[in-house]
Amino acid sequence: MPAMTMIQALNSALDAMLERDPDVLIFGEDVGYFGGVFRVTDGLQKKHGVTRCFDAPIGEAGIIAAAIGMSVYGLRPVVEIQFADYIYPGYDQIVSEMARIRYRSAGDFFVPMTIRTPYGGGIFGGQTHSQSPEALFTHVAGLTTVIPSNPHDAKGLLISAIESDDPVIFLEPKRIYNGPFDGHHEKPVEPWSKHPMSEVPEGHYTVPLGKAAIVREGADVTVLVYGTMVHVALAAAKEANVDAEIIDLRTLVPVDIETIVTSVEKTGRCVIAHEATLTSGFGAELCALVQEHCFYHLEAPIERVAGWDTPYPHVFEWNYFPGPKRVSDAMRRAVEA
Amino acid sequence: MRNRGSLSLHIPQPKRRPGEKAEFSHVAVPKAGTVERPPSGSRAQDTTNLAYSLIRVLDDEDHAVGPWNPKLDAETLRKGLRAMMLTRAYDDRMYRTQRQGKISFYMKSTGEEATSVAYAFALEHDDMCFPSYRQEGLLIARGYPIFDMMCQCYSNARDPVKGRQLPIMYSSRKDGFFTISGNLGTQFPQAVGWAMASAYKGDDRIAAAWIGEGATAEGDFHHALNFASIYRAPVILNVVNNQWAISSFQGIAGGEQSTFAARAIGYGIPGLRVDGNDFLAVYAAAQWASERAHANHGATLIELYTYRVEGHSTSDDPGRYRPADEGKAWPLGDPIERLKRHLIATGEWSEARHEVLAAEIVEMVRGAQREAEAVGTMEGGAQPPLGTMFEDVFKEVPWHLRRQREQAGG
Repeated sequence: MPAMTMIQALNSALDAMLERDPDVLIFGEDVGYFGGVFRVTDGLQKKHGVTRCFDAPIGEAGIIAAAIGMSVYGLRPVVEIQFADYIYPGYDQIVSEMARIRYRSAGDFFVPMTIRTPYGGGIFGGQTHSQSPEALFTHVAGLTTVIPSNPHDAKGLLISAIESDDPVIFLEPKRIYNGPFDGHHEKPVEPWSKHPMSEVPEGHYTVPLGKAAIVREGADVTVLVYGTMVHVALAAAKEANVDAEIIDLRTLVPVDIETIVTSVEKTGRCVIAHEATLTSGFGAELCALVQEHCFYHLEAPIERVAGWDTPYPHVFEWNYFPGPKRVSDAMRRAVEA
Repeated sequence: MRNRGSLSLHIPQPKRRPGEKAEFSHVAVPKAGTVERPPSGSRAQDTTNLAYSLIRVLDDEDHAVGPWNPKLDAETLRKGLRAMMLTRAYDDRMYRTQRQGKISFYMKSTGEEATSVAYAFALEHDDMCFPSYRQEGLLIARGYPIFDMMCQCYSNARDPVKGRQLPIMYSSRKDGFFTISGNLGTQFPQAVGWAMASAYKGDDRIAAAWIGEGATAEGDFHHALNFASIYRAPVILNVVNNQWAISSFQGIAGGEQSTFAARAIGYGIPGLRVDGNDFLAVYAAAQWASERAHANHGATLIELYTYRVEGHSTSDDPGRYRPADEGKAWPLGDPIERLKRHLIATGEWSEARHEVLAAEIVEMVRGAQREAEAVGTMEGGAQPPLGTMFEDVFKEVPWHLRRQREQAGG
């Protein structure tokens, strides 16, 4: 199996779906001839033709609304919003339309579209290229929200998202596009090729939506993470010398409650970490779920590590980013409580 | 029996791609001085021709001609030339600084200097500008210190916006320069609102905004034109059509079927299409629109027709999507070169004086850079205090941010 970066794996998923299903098409800002600012659609227009992968004007509301129209015709559009930070002009279409069309028409119409968008910090992108807005989607009834953490899952999950008959928000952690960044910004990032999850099968395969993955088994504390934070948590567990059970959620809604509950019942402790701001972040939902399902198994307060409740600050990137130090401190607190 | 033929989907394509020779035969360049100049209080429908033609003042012999000639004195023109030269020198210097790793990011406005600098002369200092990221020429022409701009780019301890924004996202209320947003299109409706407020208060200040042709695809563009028309807002709405939105040519923004200036007519707003590399034409259009706004006739949409000579930003590689020689082939030339030649043609400037000024500017930029780097760069030196990260989220720092500030060690 070839070793792929996350970008190559996503490209391979799109390529496989364009090949397999003539109703799949891709559009978004700069995705056509250029192949996307992060190169995820590189070569797809040339290979599959201009009507299968084309540039869209800079209008996120228009991109998303047009994809909804195509979806209700019967196509499976995959649109790219160049940065998650730019998705807000399209938010009304997502919340009021895309998420509810199946419900309001009692299944008469449905929207099998996928919105791909790079998100997250760690690239010195300032406040308009660093945000983690996942909770704005997990809060909306009718949206499936997916976040991969490695090339293998990225391809399999994206294919599942495209094949889903419901709309999927597919958030791509841009900091790990080219390597499993673990929060140690002072060190060079290992390439994906050295990571086992960079082994990506050719052609079509799926990773199921709604299923988490246990990326490290452990007995002392359950750590709930997704995206870049999976790699940060792995580094943090090592540095804290804590036998952590690290769960990569992969799908935020519907979340894999069974895997979470089984783990917390075993460890009795739980740390939740995400890049997004703390207040009303997805961690708050996870915290509530763990409390509801595992209260009598908990031996310590649930710990949350998150971005500070400020806009993403340019110069304080590494003070803001919840790196391994903050996560390992939380693990220790949870274990020692 | 149905026999209606099959439909096909149109995807616009630029004329030329990398490896091909640049070609601009589709760009009609009317002779300078040939477009009429109606009164600035004209109704939109009576200005239709201006939205489809191209207002030009500088002719091929470098003389200022026609009804749009603003007849500016030589001293103002020399100031304009200097501000454009300083803008370019600053850009060149900061671009190199990014390549050296001392700042995280940079965007140049090379070739588009007139589209902002000329406005600084046509507007009053306290008219509020809502710029995008290629209008630093406004700030430079209004005398804002290069040192402060550099400190913003370095996110150092003297950065006026405390390290919070990407390089080039300047802000200066006292210079009528609204804090730059990295998002596209937002400038237009906000400028309209500012202008409505000025009218509401019986003030005499007007607003101006700049977005790219790519950003006209955002809903904000249409909200702005609608509000500006309804309330006759005293605002100048500028679309800088520099042909490229990162890798998307202006056809992807809707430039294939019509002009961007023509968008205005349907809203009942005059649309002027202007040679954006002609300092005098840009000034004249701004002056016409300003006159209109001050007389309570309302807004004007101005399409500034120009070319983005450099990449979109330091993260971009234009060689991947457009011919390498496009900048050179651009039929409207270079704004600095054209104004310089005009001043020389009128006996108000010389090659020798130009060289002296260019050298002075380079030295001034270098000096400011030495000072700014002595404070700090992204590689080291003095940063804003960590605790400032938690300020200005709200006017007062609430309990949860005070707690987080402690946790962060600020």
